[in-house]
Amino acid sequence: MKKINGAQILLEILQEQGVEVIFGYPGGAVINLYDHLPEYSCRHFLVRHEQAAVHAADGYARATGKIGVALVTSGPGATNTVTGLATAYMDSIPIVVFTGQVPTPLIGNDAFQEADIVGITRPCTKHNFLVKRVEDLERIVNEAFHIAGSGRPGPVLVDLPKDVIAGKAFKKEAVKPSLKGYNPTYNGHTGQIKRAMQMLFKARRPLFYVGGGVVLANAASELTELACRLNIPVTTTMMGLGAFPEDDYLSLGMLGMHGTYRANMAVTESDVMVALGARFDDRVTGRIDKFAPDAKIIHVDIDPTSISKNVDVDIPIVGDVSDVLQKMLEVIKVSNEKAELCAAGHDEWLTRIAHWRDLHKLSYVQDDIIKPQFVVEKISELAQGHDPIISTEVGQNQMWAAQFFTFTKPRSWLTSGGLGTMGYGLPAAMGAQVAFPERLVIDIAGDGSIQMNSQELATVVQYNLPVKVIILNNGYLGMVRQWQELFFDKHYSSTRMNHVPDFVKLAEAYGALGLRATRPEEVEPILKQAFSHPGPVVVDVVVAAEENVYPMVPAGEAISNMLLV
Amino acid sequence: MKHIINVLVENEFGVLSRIASLFSGRGFNIESLTVAETVDSSVSSMTIVTQGDDHIIEQITKQLNKLINVIKVVELTESVQMVREMALLKFAVNSGAKRLELLRLVEVYQGRVLELGPRSLIVELTGERTKIEVALEVLAPFGIKEMSRTGMVALARDSGK
Repeated sequence: MKKINGAQILLEILQEQGVEVIFGYPGGAVINLYDHLPEYSCRHFLVRHEQAAVHAADGYARATGKIGVALVTSGPGATNTVTGLATAYMDSIPIVVFTGQVPTPLIGNDAFQEADIVGITRPCTKHNFLVKRVEDLERIVNEAFHIAGSGRPGPVLVDLPKDVIAGKAFKKEAVKPSLKGYNPTYNGHTGQIKRAMQMLFKARRPLFYVGGGVVLANAASELTELACRLNIPVTTTMMGLGAFPEDDYLSLGMLGMHGTYRANMAVTESDVMVALGARFDDRVTGRIDKFAPDAKIIHVDIDPTSISKNVDVDIPIVGDVSDVLQKMLEVIKVSNEKAELCAAGHDEWLTRIAHWRDLHKLSYVQDDIIKPQFVVEKISELAQGHDPIISTEVGQNQMWAAQFFTFTKPRSWLTSGGLGTMGYGLPAAMGAQVAFPERLVIDIAGDGSIQMNSQELATVVQYNLPVKVIILNNGYLGMVRQWQELFFDKHYSSTRMNHVPDFVKLAEAYGALGLRATRPEEVEPILKQAFSHPGPVVVDVVVAAEENVYPMVPAGEAISNMLLV
Repeated sequence: MKHIINVLVENEFGVLSRIASLFSGRGFNIESLTVAETVDSSVSSMTIVTQGDDHIIEQITKQLNKLINVIKVVELTESVQMVREMALLKFAVNSGAKRLELLRLVEVYQGRVLELGPRSLIVELTGERTKIEVALEVLAPFGIKEMSRTGMVALARDSGK
């Protein structure tokens, strides 16, 4: 065995970790790594901005369940990853980001392209490392992957000084990392789970409140089995979309600020709420003391800090939600009679929910101007059968996508839920398309958001990633405009986009297909044309300028207090 | 209410900064923080004095536990651990009578005189926080020129509760 350099060690570990794809951007500090990259099997995708590399790794991770990887240089390359890291951190997405760093003797000297990226990203990563010696590289990189992918997943950053990458060491046998201070609890406590099930069996108006944790834990099928077995309705957060099939009669759709009427009413009147991998975020709960005021709360989460953070919980269960759901299903097996009785006892509750559903459906009026909701409904209809993956930007486009697309499968929905990052959708779609070249990947965008990372059109064209970008173009930063309309006397301060590029020409300039729809009857044929085109497409859909997202719970109000259409 | 949290952490660079940024980022308050190596030189012990209701203290301990470099978190009240704090005080003393009076009081609080100069006096006080606070109150009229305090260090008693 002979010594190899840090770059080779790193690339060998990536191979051992099963990394197939790297999104990155080279620079002086990582030039040695790029020098060796072609010798290894990982495919590298050259993005046009480091932020997009991290979002692409994130989109790849969400769609596949694997760990996404990004590689950038020091200084500005590293600081450009911050938004991507914060996005992944808020949504618990497993990614590992490698940043170049100036050589160790220069650290702290304000060297060219030096940034203290470990210091900068400490609050927006699950953990981060500065590798000071090439001998530590192997252990640290393996720990980084272990931390990113286990427990509550999250982004990990590894800072690589140039002399560490160039320095030589022996590559050892892969060893399983063991960390003194890190040992996530996967197994839910059986006694707590039994107590929870007894409470659930007795409930008259029970409800599952499902968050992104169920998607991350790959527990959608267990959830569906449990809900159907006990005949209990399910509402999901925006992050939880896809964890339960929305075409099932037990589905209440999304809850919260822009949730459905029936979901918010059901939460308000429920007597037992089972929160699964959800964290009682303010956009979900609205005014916290009016959130599920009559309900006993059972909260399942792998992260103890999420439990009893925002609400008091009656039965906390720390563990992997998949493990807990399996144990719940086992309880049903031994208490079959109780389960049958439970399932049969919710008729009144489900009738009440059906009444709420019929009272206020998600709706809009399609007249002679294209309505954005109509576009999303059409996308939902035309994409079925193409195994679609939907990404979004942030704002009204995101809410309409969440409301009007019918989600039936987990890991087919990529959106920045916690951080709300405009510019996320296109690079995330790119990452998902790399993982699944045959699936139909659609970025539902707004005219504001798309401009935050539209440079990635060059990347999708270079690698012929057939991403479809559908811009709901209303000429406004629509969600802020909506708040201004409703709460600031229509004072549209700085939300009118007086100038946007001609998106068709922009697409063409990058070498993609550009299409435009301006009339309702054009929407379907143009979407069909876009979906059947083999390469990337940008569709500029000119929609009603001042359409609002409803229902809407004003910030700080009880979620039963909805503004309806 | 005041709480003392003992945190065992890996003795690595940047750990103190992770703990400090956790407190500042989440709006928790640090009244004092001390840190030093333990018997095992790869492990450091931190004693953090903080304020908050039970809900906040629960979040603080959970959030500390979540940090990868944190090995163990123990939240204890003063009654089940030995706690000590040290203060160094410098006084200006011009008259003999004043000096005698001061030395007498320092003795009452089991303080030690570290330096006795013609015009000044440096005193070391060690004890539980309340003792230090009371001593400071009593000694204040003598004119404390400078002061340096360590913050609290703590160790759980074996005899438990």
